[in-house]
Amino acid sequence: MKKQLKIDSKTDQLVAVREFISQAAFASGFSDEDVSKIALAVDEACTNVIKHAYRFQQDKKITITVRDDHGNFEISIVDNGKQFDPSMLQAPDMKEYLSTYRRGGLGVYLMKSLMDKVEYDIEPGKRNQVKLIKHIPR
Amino acid sequence: MSDFKIAQRETNNVNVLELKGYLDAHTAPKLEEAFQQLLKSDRTRIVVNCRDLSYISSAGLGVFMAFIEDVREKSGDIKLTNMSTKVYNVFDLLGFPLLYEIFKDESEAVKKFNDKK
Repeated sequence: MKKQLKIDSKTDQLVAVREFISQAAFASGFSDEDVSKIALAVDEACTNVIKHAYRFQQDKKITITVRDDHGNFEISIVDNGKQFDPSMLQAPDMKEYLSTYRRGGLGVYLMKSLMDKVEYDIEPGKRNQVKLIKHIPR
Repeated sequence: MSDFKIAQRETNNVNVLELKGYLDAHTAPKLEEAFQQLLKSDRTRIVVNCRDLSYISSAGLGVFMAFIEDVREKSGDIKLTNMSTKVYNVFDLLGFPLLYEIFKDESEAVKKFNDKK
């Protein structure tokens, strides 16, 4: 199975992203709880692209591709925006984070907590890809 | 369009925000504005009732993080109530129960504010 959705880099598209991902995850046999987790992780990845890679430029595109392959549910999120700052890829230490009332960076922590694997493939100045992977329950 | 609404009311000197719908990066500015208005008028005894909140992402959680310090500096607090399991799980995953008081029911949070007097 392979499905694709192309969206404008606008936050009002997030609802369509969550619906697209939820339908695909349900079709692959995930429970309600897991479907919610996957949809949230993909929302976070797209929000990061809109905010950090495209800096709210609304005329850019994000391509979301879902594959159900060898027991893995794999979502790829591709943009052609600014290269990710490597420090963005680090999830914060939540204890320290909460004690200092910081804001931002929560999305990366959530993605890592909600999915089995998060991978980045960055071609500087050309293309950023985030891959979110969850094992399909048998 | 993401559907998100905030209803505001006052009960026993506590400001209650009732959240409804989907709180994501698109709708979070609405909540930010509501907190800003409350802070501006020094109404810092705040209960956020999440009974009809269907979804929250980190953009929504970030709004709570952004205001809690200012609210507490003014001797107020933000207390959360009536969360669905799904929404609570997101707060819990990030360790928010360490930082915020979360109650099953709005009345308990309102009572806690007034017990403190």
